[in-house]
Amino acid sequence: MNTRALPLYATIAIFLVAYLICWIQFPAMLSTRVIGNLLTDNAYLGIVAVGMTVVIISGGIDLSVGSVIAFSGVFISVVLRDTSLHPLVVFPLLLAVTTLFGAAMGGLIHGLGMPPFIVTLAGMFLARGAAYMLTIDSVPIDHEFYDTLRRLYWLMPGKGRLTLLGIVMLLSVVVGMILAHRTRFGTSVFALGGGAHTARLMGVAVGRTTVLIYAFSGFMAGLAGIVFSIYTASGYPLATVGVELNAIAAVVIGGTLLTGGSGWVVGTLIGVLTMGLIQTYIVFDGSLSSWWTKIAIGALLLMFILLQKGLLALGRQQFAGTAQT
Amino acid sequence: MLLSIRGLTKSFPGTRALDGVSFDLRAGEIHALLGENGAGKSTLIKCLTGVYERDAGEILLDGRPVAPQSTHDAQTLGIGTVYQEVNLLPNLSVAENLTFGRQPSRAGLVQTRKMRAQAEEMLSGYGLDHVNVAQSLGAYSVAVQQIVAIARAVALSGKVLILDEPTASLDSAETEMLFSVVRDLRERGLGIIFVSHFLDQVFSLTDRLTVLRNGQHIVTAETAEVSRLDLIHHMLGHELEEAEHRRHATKTAQQSVLTFDGTGRRGKIAPFDLTVSRGEVIGMAGLLGSGRTETADMLFGRTPPDSGKAHDDDGPVSLRNPREAIAAGFGYAPEDRKTDGIIGELSVRENIALALQARRGWWRPLPRAEQRELAERYIERLDIRTSGAEKPVGELSGGNQQKVVLARWLAMNPRFLILDEPTRGIDVGAHAEILRLIGEVVESGMSILLISSELDELVAASDRIIVVRDREHVAELVGEDIETDAIVRAIAASDAPAAAPAAEVAR
Repeated sequence: MNTRALPLYATIAIFLVAYLICWIQFPAMLSTRVIGNLLTDNAYLGIVAVGMTVVIISGGIDLSVGSVIAFSGVFISVVLRDTSLHPLVVFPLLLAVTTLFGAAMGGLIHGLGMPPFIVTLAGMFLARGAAYMLTIDSVPIDHEFYDTLRRLYWLMPGKGRLTLLGIVMLLSVVVGMILAHRTRFGTSVFALGGGAHTARLMGVAVGRTTVLIYAFSGFMAGLAGIVFSIYTASGYPLATVGVELNAIAAVVIGGTLLTGGSGWVVGTLIGVLTMGLIQTYIVFDGSLSSWWTKIAIGALLLMFILLQKGLLALGRQQFAGTAQT
Repeated sequence: MLLSIRGLTKSFPGTRALDGVSFDLRAGEIHALLGENGAGKSTLIKCLTGVYERDAGEILLDGRPVAPQSTHDAQTLGIGTVYQEVNLLPNLSVAENLTFGRQPSRAGLVQTRKMRAQAEEMLSGYGLDHVNVAQSLGAYSVAVQQIVAIARAVALSGKVLILDEPTASLDSAETEMLFSVVRDLRERGLGIIFVSHFLDQVFSLTDRLTVLRNGQHIVTAETAEVSRLDLIHHMLGHELEEAEHRRHATKTAQQSVLTFDGTGRRGKIAPFDLTVSRGEVIGMAGLLGSGRTETADMLFGRTPPDSGKAHDDDGPVSLRNPREAIAAGFGYAPEDRKTDGIIGELSVRENIALALQARRGWWRPLPRAEQRELAERYIERLDIRTSGAEKPVGELSGGNQQKVVLARWLAMNPRFLILDEPTRGIDVGAHAEILRLIGEVVESGMSILLISSELDELVAASDRIIVVRDREHVAELVGEDIETDAIVRAIAASDAPAAAPAAEVAR
């Protein structure tokens, strides 16, 4: 068996066990309603975490995504308020802006040889600042097309609603899985995470790949911004502060190595759902403070980091073993 | 002729790494490329694989002039390289590593099954039937990874295969496995350039050999017609013209300052006894990888010994790490000056004051004026050519950088100073000055361990010479015995002709 897949199995196991515990305590939690809400409520996080997964597999990090989501919401709401453009025109416009923004960060990271941490930190402040430039207030979105979008859902057996937002998130995950695991681009991303120098020697176009990686993350952040604007029906420059950190947490809980080179997009989905499940549990319980979510997530993160360290050590030991024979 | 190199020249600031070197490679031969560090082997390979651009000369592949601009370029032309550290990605699967960049795909999607089939086909004939190509490469031993790298290079290039120290991290069984693969490839008509410092392997594997020294072509010959002794002569050569020899045979009888009993470290260097006398220069001779640097690293606590004891007149000396070694009055100017010796961005003054400051502790900074005075004193005493004490060391020439390293240790006034290849890559003038300095400081009672590949230098400077071979101290030459021929004989004498004994110990 491939030891590298262990974190993914661990992620799945933890999610199932957590769900089991929830179900034993609150049997109502095993219903399509809860699952539908889980998907809808975490749709924007799931989408942005797919982009983050690709970035982290490549050995990078993208701190700008939270701000980009906020910027997206503000951009959409302000444009819809001040112009007569249809949302279907505004969406591609916004996605172009955020994709270019990501590509520009990727270009800087490669061109200047700067650490992604610093470049995307600058991007984080820039995007947040740009959101404030557009407005400092919460701008409601009042457009009949938005109402239509919000009402779109598929009624699952058991009266659960799989909303458009949830579907978009699941589709994003599928696209991310294909991109990361089934394309040459995906292999290049893993190669970069395994070692940029070696990757270059093996013929990876490092510059192009880096730009594409951050462009993809920018696109996903824009898409998450659209979903978030539908979810909240407003744009607010102070929204989604720290979402980039939630996304990173989801990626790591999903079994992706924070140092890059190994990971699964589907794990990220489960990471997001695990985090959502904890929140749901706290809502069901009613007496717990919502801050317990943070504590649980912190503990989970710590556990995964230890698990990965342990696996690395195990792998090395195994390797030493084969070298001895 | 498959590959011909004519008059290849490549200079770097301050040194001429390759000076009109010629080299031929036939199809279906294994050709060893030999030389000590700095001989120009790696520069030659980097010119061949497009990492460096040559200054002059031509490279003919199949009779046509080529000028590879990048590794990729060289690959397309037919020149593939496999390095000591496997340049593949352990986090990708074996199949992905083999087919990387040319994975079969349809509509943008990689066809995994077809890719695995291709990979299996590429691996067939290498004796790796037990390897599962879907497994990640990192799950296999270095030897398997090495062979996968060869399979990839052969599939991508197919004419010339360069193996750069491929056996350095393999044990003897793995080395044998690799060699049978290489022999098969020779039968298939590839031209193979084999770089290694294990002479046994050169003799057992290669058809011809070429020796480089100081960027110059020394000899090309049929391996079978060259004796070990001649080969070592060619590799080490005679660098210094008749230098005056220091002979202090009487000094060896003087009081000893340090004694090492059975000091050794498994896999690095076999236990040895060594007595260091006051004001003595001990030379250490041996080929690259024979255990010279390992001895130095161990004595200075960089890789602490796991056996034996060290003591001086006052009692035992602990050498578990460089701090303790420094506290015991040791100094060490390592072989790789650029990465281990100097800190290029810091000024001459800061570099000289470094060790002294470290001994005082960072909470008691050395006053600026004192540092300046110290720097000025050594710049004058060692004749360091710099525009000032504040100039970054990285901008000085190699010889002057070496003097700065020496100044740092002299400022500490150690009793035992280890110099690993102090004269490598520096010009002749500075070379002589450093030797003069060594003579000067031992007059004051300091003892020196001098490691060098240049036998004449050792003969000229040492009171006593220790010969290292296959990670063992094998001989000690004193007094009248100190001469280059005796050293070469001691290095060449091989009582263990089995393949790669050194590699076995290295495990």
